[in-house]
Amino acid sequence: MEKTGFSTEEVIQSRKAKKFNLWLGMIGMFMMFAALSSGFIVYTASGVDKGIKTILPNIFIWSTIVIVVSSITLHLAYQAAKAEKLGKQRLLLIATFALGVAFFCMQYHAWTVLVSREIYFINSNASQSFIYIFTGLHLAHIVAGLIVLVRCFIGATNAVPFQDNQFRMNLAVIFWHFLDLLWIYIYVFLLLNQ
Amino acid sequence: MSSTVISHGAAHHDAHNHHHETFLTKYIFSQDHKMIAKQFLITGIVMAVFAMVLSILFRIQLAWPDKDFPILEVFLGKWAEGGRMKPEFFLSLVTIHGTMMVFFVLTAGLSGTFSNLLIPYQLGARDMASPFMNMLSYWLFFTACVIMVASFFVESGPASAGWTIYPPLSAVPTSIAGSGLGMTLWLISMTLFIASQVMGGVNYISTVLNMRTKGMDLWKMPLTIWAFFLTAIVGLLSFPVLVSAVVLLFFDRSVGTSFYLSDLVVQGQILPNEGGSPILFQHLFWFLGHPEVYIVVMPALGLTSEVISTNSRKPIFGYHAMVYSLVGITVLSFIVWGHHMFVTGMNPFLGGVFMITTLIIAVPSAVKAFNYIATLWRGNIRFTPAMMFAIGMVSFFVSGGLTGLYLGNAALDINLHDTYFVVAHFHLVMGSASIFGMLCGVYHWYPKMFGRMMDTKLGYLHFWLTFIGAYLVFFPMHFMGIDGVPRRYYSFTAFPFMEKWVSVNLLITWAAIVAGLAQVAFLWNFFSSIWKGKKAPQNPWGSNTLEWTTPVEHIHGNWPGEIPTVYRWPYDYSKPGHDSDFIPQNVPHSETMSSNMAHDFEGNEDAIRIQNEWNKANNRETIEE
Repeated sequence: MEKTGFSTEEVIQSRKAKKFNLWLGMIGMFMMFAALSSGFIVYTASGVDKGIKTILPNIFIWSTIVIVVSSITLHLAYQAAKAEKLGKQRLLLIATFALGVAFFCMQYHAWTVLVSREIYFINSNASQSFIYIFTGLHLAHIVAGLIVLVRCFIGATNAVPFQDNQFRMNLAVIFWHFLDLLWIYIYVFLLLNQ
Repeated sequence: MSSTVISHGAAHHDAHNHHHETFLTKYIFSQDHKMIAKQFLITGIVMAVFAMVLSILFRIQLAWPDKDFPILEVFLGKWAEGGRMKPEFFLSLVTIHGTMMVFFVLTAGLSGTFSNLLIPYQLGARDMASPFMNMLSYWLFFTACVIMVASFFVESGPASAGWTIYPPLSAVPTSIAGSGLGMTLWLISMTLFIASQVMGGVNYISTVLNMRTKGMDLWKMPLTIWAFFLTAIVGLLSFPVLVSAVVLLFFDRSVGTSFYLSDLVVQGQILPNEGGSPILFQHLFWFLGHPEVYIVVMPALGLTSEVISTNSRKPIFGYHAMVYSLVGITVLSFIVWGHHMFVTGMNPFLGGVFMITTLIIAVPSAVKAFNYIATLWRGNIRFTPAMMFAIGMVSFFVSGGLTGLYLGNAALDINLHDTYFVVAHFHLVMGSASIFGMLCGVYHWYPKMFGRMMDTKLGYLHFWLTFIGAYLVFFPMHFMGIDGVPRRYYSFTAFPFMEKWVSVNLLITWAAIVAGLAQVAFLWNFFSSIWKGKKAPQNPWGSNTLEWTTPVEHIHGNWPGEIPTVYRWPYDYSKPGHDSDFIPQNVPHSETMSSNMAHDFEGNEDAIRIQNEWNKANNRETIEE
């Protein structure tokens, strides 16, 4: 993973910088959702006929619980990686992945609930279309998160050096927690505007 | 005293020289910041030439609106049947010219090149924080360029809604020819471009904050690095907003949502979209669009600061003020976007707020302009081609910036909005200034990039023709704008009030052609010097920054031995008491006892005591704490 010929100090510095990259990337991702939030507010304020005008599907409560639990399982996987318990790490990674997939399915189910109430994506009240945009874009990030989990699993299977495995897990945990918090932000934002 | 660290502990890091590289990993999918910088530069230059040719084409139409040029049909085919350019194609030309110049040349070509080259070099880092992401950033940019150029080869032609792609033209595929596949390709290209810029920007910020060499605290960083750092922050916070705007636009175009569309009739057909607001797009677009102006100009300001100080052989005037000005511009850039939308029916109170924030930007901008002039004042100026372009940059920044005061005024903007006055303003303050900043950087750091020198005489020829040409092209446009001539109009003979300006258009077009031809001198100079230029010495300009302590031949990891430690700021030029007129950043104060001053020690009592002992032994005055 690291280039040969660099001193230990330089490798540590490089890792610190890469971790920082992830934080910056998350700021960028958050800006995208912040822009959508402000777009939603501007649009919704443009007329009395705008706005969500429905109660958000209850399945969102369950999906929120699932993603919070997945954050906990991933954190435990990270602890296992730090303790060099690769078997436990793999097991917890599988659990997190399964919860991630479950979250994806639940969000999809929420869309079907909305459709059953005749709240479509193609809609003259775009405030309602925004629900699909927020959840859809978040799901796109969840897919990226699932890919990261697969990479961590490969790291735990192929016995990459301890430091590399731990570093990968550390980045994955930060990103997954971010996805968790991002969903909570979106959900609360939509709840406040329903 | 030596300005080189090449021999310094060379054995320790020999491994850097023995990195096995294939042609593919060295020149194509390189992860080395120096190679990626060259890739960005050469791609940027190719895009600049392409975009310039587009501008010459539409200038021909503007100068001779009623004349046929059969040769145009040879090159443009159905877009210029009978030798006369079609109006749809004219709109495509201005759209793609703007897009390419703003994003591909002055964002990726400028920032991508010099941030990549100089951030690791000037900070004393082996490479970027994530070399892989850096490589990915370039290839995403390259793919974006290919897709944008490819849009010229689709049947309906490239996008033609203007570089700002306002809906409904951009959101309704059937509205005009360029709204079809060309627009889709534009959106795909720009999405890849944004991904590229965010990846690059993340890397730049992280490298600046985490990978500085020992002693390089923030206040010892060259102004180039400050500019790249703040530019990357602006990009990181604003580009994702454009992604959001584009996502909504994509669904309006392709799926039938109504984020931006409402009550439209196209070719006799009532569109089903209802309830959308095109103004929403403008808000989202300009939240990126205005900071983008500073993404374009701040790196140019940074490069110019370095070149002007080095070639004036003087410290930059007001280093801290220069940094705070950049910070001020960065912050203000996010709260002025509404000045692009004064005439959209905006609440006048809100317009007033945006007007005030806009006009406040004049303060940090003026600080920079005055500091440049003060740096030049009584300097031992070396008029290298890079210095000429740097001074030219300041000239454009001032003359273009002044008209910003008029346009930023909400009341005056009612008359001036969407006229040639705007075209004149941004082509001077953003276009010409940034291009000159970029060229200044190319001439100055060419020896570092290619190990060879560019030809000076060709450089002067290039400068004067381009400098005079740019003013001849853009200055007369102010008068056209004041007369109310709108931008993006295809034929000046179609409206009687515009006909009198055809003669001015003729002058502008000839000036553009001459300035365009002047770029041949640059291209010849640039490409031939790669192989035939005079071999560069290690530090050709007598500069203080760390990149000039690296070997002329590029090596992996930049320095063969340990990375040099930094002891001083980068602007110790012509320091009284020193035997040469520059002191590189890696020279410790113990080697410059005859020129040390109290503020060099930043309150370090031991250092001041040692200095005073030396002063006493050499019959010099003691320094105060």
